[in-house]
Amino acid sequence: MTTTAIIGAFVVGFGVVFLLLGALGIFRLPDVYNRLQAGTKCTTLGAFCAIVGVGIAEPGWTFKALIVAVFILLTNPISAHALARASYKSGVRLYDGTVVDKCRELGKCKEVGNAAETSESTAGGEE
Amino acid sequence: MSLALYIVFFGVGAAAVLLCMVRALLGPTAPDRLVAVDGMITITTALLVLLGLFLGRRIYIDVALVYAVLAFVGVIAVARYLERGL
Repeated sequence: MTTTAIIGAFVVGFGVVFLLLGALGIFRLPDVYNRLQAGTKCTTLGAFCAIVGVGIAEPGWTFKALIVAVFILLTNPISAHALARASYKSGVRLYDGTVVDKCRELGKCKEVGNAAETSESTAGGEE
Repeated sequence: MSLALYIVFFGVGAAAVLLCMVRALLGPTAPDRLVAVDGMITITTALLVLLGLFLGRRIYIDVALVYAVLAFVGVIAVARYLERGL
């Protein structure tokens, strides 16, 4: 094994571990928005590291691998934002332990689903 | 990279895809399933590039790029549909 192959293997392993953690977050977390956060952040970093690691391990492929990695890095947050916006507008309830919901507090989202009403009212009463 | 390393990488990636698939089957609402499928798509893109390195074929990177582009367009379209903007 050459040095670049070893470094590439380390980077790919780092990325694959993050892919597994992101998938675990998607599986375990209680809410759409929490799942979206775990799934998007961990998966973006994991895929970026895995693809860049392949580009390091095989020096002839670096340019193409970087194209794919930068494309993922640019488009994954956009799709996550669209997903979060769509699920909020389509009235998915927030998790009961949710602390803050600015869009509802500021009154900019009228017909948004009954997002954790009980917990929000109790929190407001305590303050 | 050695074969054992590839087996570990593909095993971990397959476990990640499997977890996302379980969430996509269980998910109570439609956005849940869409989030799970989005995560699955990104994991699959990374695994396709890794499969190209394993098989020694460059064309798999192009396949991964086209897959990422089409998946991005699809996820945006379904999100707009859920938002009732389409």
